[in-house]
Amino acid sequence: MTLLSVENVGFAYGAGRHVLDDVSFTVPRGANVGLVGESGSGKSTLLRLLLGLDRPQQGRILFDGQPLETRRATYMRDYRRRVQAVFQDPYSSLDPAHRVQRIVTEPLRSLRLPGDHAAMARQAMTDVGMDPAALSRFPHQFSGGQRQRIAIARAIVARPELVLADEAVSALDLSTRVRIVDLFRQISTRMTMVFVSHDMGVVAALCDRLVVLDRGRIVEAGPTSRILRDPQEPYTRSLLASIPRMPAASQPEGQST
Amino acid sequence: MLLDIADLTLGTRDTTLVQGLSFSIAPGERFGLIGESGSGKSLTALAATGLLPPAIRATGTITLGGEPVLGASERRLSRLRGAAVATVFQEPLTALDPLMPLGRQIALPVRRRLAREGGDTSRPAVAREVRALVEQVRLPDPDRLIRAFPHEVSGGQRQRVAIAMALACKPRLLIADEPTTALDVTTQAEIVALLTGLVRDEGIALLFISHDLAVVGQVAERVLVMRAGRAVETGPAARVLTAPEEGYTRSLVAAARRFDTALEGGA
Repeated sequence: MTLLSVENVGFAYGAGRHVLDDVSFTVPRGANVGLVGESGSGKSTLLRLLLGLDRPQQGRILFDGQPLETRRATYMRDYRRRVQAVFQDPYSSLDPAHRVQRIVTEPLRSLRLPGDHAAMARQAMTDVGMDPAALSRFPHQFSGGQRQRIAIARAIVARPELVLADEAVSALDLSTRVRIVDLFRQISTRMTMVFVSHDMGVVAALCDRLVVLDRGRIVEAGPTSRILRDPQEPYTRSLLASIPRMPAASQPEGQST
Repeated sequence: MLLDIADLTLGTRDTTLVQGLSFSIAPGERFGLIGESGSGKSLTALAATGLLPPAIRATGTITLGGEPVLGASERRLSRLRGAAVATVFQEPLTALDPLMPLGRQIALPVRRRLAREGGDTSRPAVAREVRALVEQVRLPDPDRLIRAFPHEVSGGQRQRVAIAMALACKPRLLIADEPTTALDVTTQAEIVALLTGLVRDEGIALLFISHDLAVVGQVAERVLVMRAGRAVETGPAARVLTAPEEGYTRSLVAAARRFDTALEGGA
C-alpha cells in the first residue's frame, strides 16, 4: 500500500533554475524512507512540498491516493492531523514562552481534536521516554536531546500516519544523536516516516529505503542495504566514499588519506 | 614543545568552563582535540591564541613558541599570532570580509609577513605570493577567484581561502576549529585531505578541534578527549579511537561506530 506518492515533481523559485526536476518516488505505508542529499540537492524544497507549504509546478503529490489540496483549508486540517513534522533545531522549534504541556498539545488544539488532551500529552511524553511531569516545565529547562524528544512528542500526539523529519538529529551531539535515532526507530514501527538528512550514517541506521538526491534530481533510489552494498551511480559511490569512517581496530597509525 | 598548556583553568566570575587542562604539541605534530558541545575545546583554542573574551578569567600557563600567552600584552600577542599561530574557523563566511575581493584578503597576511621578514612588499611581489597560495590550496580558476567576493564562491572554496590566509602567515602552529563542520561530506573529505597534506609538507603543527571522531582519526596523530571542561583521555589517535580506556570515550567511540556499522549495511 502506497501512502505517499511523488510523481514527476518539478519546482523552481521565481524564474530561477529548477530546484526539483522530474522527481518521482513512493513511500509505502509503514516504511521508513530516507531522502539523502548534500546542500543544493533540493531535499528541503521537497520537504516543503510534502508539508504542503509550496505546490509543485510540475507533477503532483498524492497522499493516500488523493492529490494534496493545499488550497483547501478543511483538507489541509485533515492533512496536518495525518502528517506531522520534526525539525532540525530543538532550540528554535519550541516556543520558549510556553510550558511543555501547551507545546505538546498544540496540534490537538489547533486541529480541534476531541479527547482528553492532557492524557494524550502524558502518553506522548511516555512514548518518547520523558517523564510526564516535564509537561509543567519550560523548554529552556531541558537539554537539546530532551527538547528534541518534546518536539517528537508534539509530532506524535495526534497519532499521525506519517512523520516527516527534517535533519532531526543533525544539531545533536553524537551520544544524544544515537539515543534519538533509537527513539525514531522505536516510534517508526507504529507509523510511516520520511527522514530528510545529509547524514548518510544516520539515514542508513534508520531507513529501509533511500532516495539519493543531487541538484534537484533523483540519482538513485532503492532498498538501503542494496544502495550501501552496491551503489549504481558514480554520485552515490563518491558520497559513500567521502564519509569519514572510524579507524579499524587493527590499524597501527592515525591513518590519513 | 611548540605549544605547552599547563593546568589551564578558564571561567567566568561564577562558572568554571575549563579546569586543570594540560597538554602540549610538538613542532610538526598533528594533535586532535575532541569534545561535544560545551566541552571547552573552542575556548581552549581561543586561550592558546590569546583571544579570550574579557569576561573570561584564566589561570595556569600557556607557552607558545617559547613565549607566555596568558598575561602577555596585546602587542606581543599580535606578533605571536601570525608568526607562530594562525587559525581557521568553522564558518569561513563570517571569517571573511564580505566587501573585499578574496585576493585582497589573502594579500593582507602576505604583506604583513613580508614586512615582518623584511622582504619585498611591492604590489607584484605580494600578487605573486597570493597567486602561489591560491594554487597551493588548489582553488580552481585562480584569476577569477582572486577577484571574486566571498558570497560568489562555494563554502568549500571559502574554506580554502581561509586556509590560504592562514598559510600566508607561515605559522608554526595552525589551529583548525571545526573547519569542515559546515561543509558537505564530499567537500569535507577534500578539505581534510588538503589540510593534512599541507601541514605535513610544510612541517606545520596542527591543533585540530572537532566533535567528529572519524574526521579527527583521519587527521591527528595524538588526541585529547574533553568533557565539561576537563581532559578525559589522551593518547595516540589510533589507540584512543580503537581501544578507549575511559567510560566516556568508550561511549563516544561506540556511538561513532554505530553509524559506521549502519553504513556497512548492518543497522
